[in-house]
Amino acid sequence: MAHVALADKGQELSHPHSWITQYVWSQDHKVIGIQYMVVATLVGLLALVMSGMMRLQLGFPGTFTLIEPNEYYQFVTMHGMIMVVFMLTAFFLGGFGNILIPLMCGARDMVFPYMNMLSFWVYLLSVIILVASLFVPGGATGAGWTLYPPQAITPGTPGADWGILLMLISLAVFIVAFTMGGLNYLTTALQARTRGMTLMRLPLSVWGIVMATILGLLAFPALFVAAIMMTLDNVLGTSFFMPAVNILGEQLEHDGGSPILFQHLFWFFGHPEVYIVALPMFGIASDLISTHARKNIFGYRMMVWAIVAIGGLSFVVWAHHMYVSGMNPYFGFLFATTTLIIAVPTALKVYNWVLTLWEGDIHLNVPMLFAIGFIFTFIHGGITGLFLGNVAVDVPLSDTYFVIGHFHMVMGVSPFLVVFGGLYHWYPKLTGRMMNVTLGKIHFWLTFLGTYAIYLPMHYIGILGVPRRYYANGVTDFMPESVATINSSITIAALIVGGAQFIFIYNLIASLFKEKDAGGNPWNATTLEWQTPDTPPKHGNWDDELPVVYRWAYAYSVPGADKDFIPQNEPPSDKTGKE
Amino acid sequence: MANSNEASAGTLVEDWSGDKETFRVHWGKAMMWIFLLSDTFIFTSFLTSYMHVRMSTAEPWPNASEVFALTMFGQSIPLILIAIMTFVLITSSGTMALAVNYGYRRDRKKTATLLVITALLGATFVGMQAFEWSKLIAEGVRPWGNPMGAAQFGSCFFMITGFHGGHVTGGVIYLAYVATGVINGRYEEKGYDIVEICGLYWHFVDLVWVFIFAFFYLW
Ligand code: HEM
Ligand SMILES: [Cu+2]
Repeated sequence: MAHVALADKGQELSHPHSWITQYVWSQDHKVIGIQYMVVATLVGLLALVMSGMMRLQLGFPGTFTLIEPNEYYQFVTMHGMIMVVFMLTAFFLGGFGNILIPLMCGARDMVFPYMNMLSFWVYLLSVIILVASLFVPGGATGAGWTLYPPQAITPGTPGADWGILLMLISLAVFIVAFTMGGLNYLTTALQARTRGMTLMRLPLSVWGIVMATILGLLAFPALFVAAIMMTLDNVLGTSFFMPAVNILGEQLEHDGGSPILFQHLFWFFGHPEVYIVALPMFGIASDLISTHARKNIFGYRMMVWAIVAIGGLSFVVWAHHMYVSGMNPYFGFLFATTTLIIAVPTALKVYNWVLTLWEGDIHLNVPMLFAIGFIFTFIHGGITGLFLGNVAVDVPLSDTYFVIGHFHMVMGVSPFLVVFGGLYHWYPKLTGRMMNVTLGKIHFWLTFLGTYAIYLPMHYIGILGVPRRYYANGVTDFMPESVATINSSITIAALIVGGAQFIFIYNLIASLFKEKDAGGNPWNATTLEWQTPDTPPKHGNWDDELPVVYRWAYAYSVPGADKDFIPQNEPPSDKTGKE
Repeated sequence: MANSNEASAGTLVEDWSGDKETFRVHWGKAMMWIFLLSDTFIFTSFLTSYMHVRMSTAEPWPNASEVFALTMFGQSIPLILIAIMTFVLITSSGTMALAVNYGYRRDRKKTATLLVITALLGATFVGMQAFEWSKLIAEGVRPWGNPMGAAQFGSCFFMITGFHGGHVTGGVIYLAYVATGVINGRYEEKGYDIVEICGLYWHFVDLVWVFIFAFFYLW
């Protein structure tokens, strides 16, 4: 018997019967995506406010007493962990992944909508556990977002008993949530594409999100195992990560464990995690650039293979985070080499974005501004990464503000610019309204220029030797007085950038009521999500028939065609030629 | 089905990147494969961590053959219980494979019987594991220390066998659920792929046990 592709059998969708099942216990991938986005934004705002408070302390030491010295570590830890895991990962995969994959593949929903819904609720649970850790005795953990033992669970570190426990549980719960979602994203993209949608016709957004999902499914297990073992060390007194520790003459009950083991597990997760955030960012940026430059993406196949290659390589570079932990020099050499090799496919992508812009019919719409801004910040952050990938350069720069500047540029600001660009781009599809352009431009310029004002000087004070994770620097020989001035200016810029985000939030809400109708395809884009019969797309996305795809996702400005774009599902006609 | 990639007997890449379905299998089966791949990374992390702490600890590692020996008929036989457990689990993989076969033949009675036998074998395994745990606990082995040597021995033992035992227990429940479905004819319309999907999980759990057996008990 011939195998019938399941997408052809028609999927049974559970249709909502009430307001609750439509918007709360919803199994619709679009609603789930928006739920993910809303929760991620809320914790993201918490992390933003925390960074503002840290900056007030660093810029004007002693003036504001918002943070006590012993609380500073807790702020650093929560800010970092929330931003990386609970905000960016959740936003790109749970948010954009949920919304874009079925729409762009031409599916009616994720393959297992119920599990998809569970994924969101379990994610919400993990966020609640995380936020609860702020209120337990001893407060949140102050172990740094890397949670290195032994200090993460030794007395003296803030939150060493309850805070760290809740953090570890919250991470484990997050991983369960991610796995339920991730299995769905990957299976949907592999198995439920519509007729004609070959893998090599998928928009790069889907490629980026899918590859990031694969990385997540293979990298989170290491963190999961590390979290279990550290929980056991903490609660049962085992010694997986704990060597014999002597604090103030008192011997702890641990012996013979290996703190380095934790670092390996953590970074086996931690480095791919960077690409879990970066690959969706690459994919979405490619689509924004191509659409708004009215040109096909330069080197589509190369872009796909670069995503795959970067994803694969990201599993063999993790120890570049451990150059200062003590390792065999040959080992360091090996990891420096693999790290620099990743730069090749990455640089290739950057060239291709620039070549896509080259001689394009560039429309400086708000999403395009963010996409171009992203190219700048990503190049800057990427180049400092090449410095840090070399052992000899990294050793003196490690744990200074140079590192802070580097990773905020490459995986803090750059993904956020793409998140913003993506929201300005897809908001019309999700709501049926355009977003206010003036506010959008103000938001862009404040954020883009502001981030340079924040992070460029950080590289400089980092080279001077200003250490990271310090509450106050005091006066030392190697820090000239200008460091204090620079720190004040960074703080002022950070507050302006932080404030600018509230303009964006206002724009998101106000545009719902004030702005004009967007129509189905305001950007004249080719991909399937813009061709849905309804805007916003209804439950099930398509009418009785699924769309049929005839061409790739980048048919912009095709010579001889009567419009400057040809939707993927438009049947070939004589005019458009050979397809 | 006239998928475009069926007509063009192309290369592997063309085949994989054809439209609609990369792998010509049930959605659930594809998802189970992916899940098991992810789970493999969990167990690999557990086992490499075990090897790492075994090398990092300063205390001598207890000799597994002695710790896991049972005294039967007045003689101490090394690893006898573990050998029986392994035998039970591998047998259950056999009955599982038969269940899949009869499932596709739509022989509901035989499928259900074989699934129940598989589940019972799994439950026996968990029971023997519980016996082994209680024996070690009686001998003073705890997650945080034991009289025979390195504390990490007990930590790894309880953590890894516990995590694996949890997988087996989950599998028994899953098998029981599928077995009742087969008896009630729940899959008459949808087909019996679910038996195979369940089987994939079960074989995986067996395979993992082989590795735990080799690395923890034999080394
Ligand atoms: C206006 C935006 C932001 C500001 C002002 C800011 C500020 C800061 C500050 C002051 C620190 C502590 C530095 C130290 O004392 O060591 C920090 C650490 C960190 N930030 Fe941000 N940040 C921002 C956005 C982000 C974003 C978007 C990310 C997402 C990746 C991020 C990730 C981190 C991480 C991972 C750490 C390290 C935490 C640790 O050392 O354990 N930040 N940030
Ligand atoms: Cu890295």
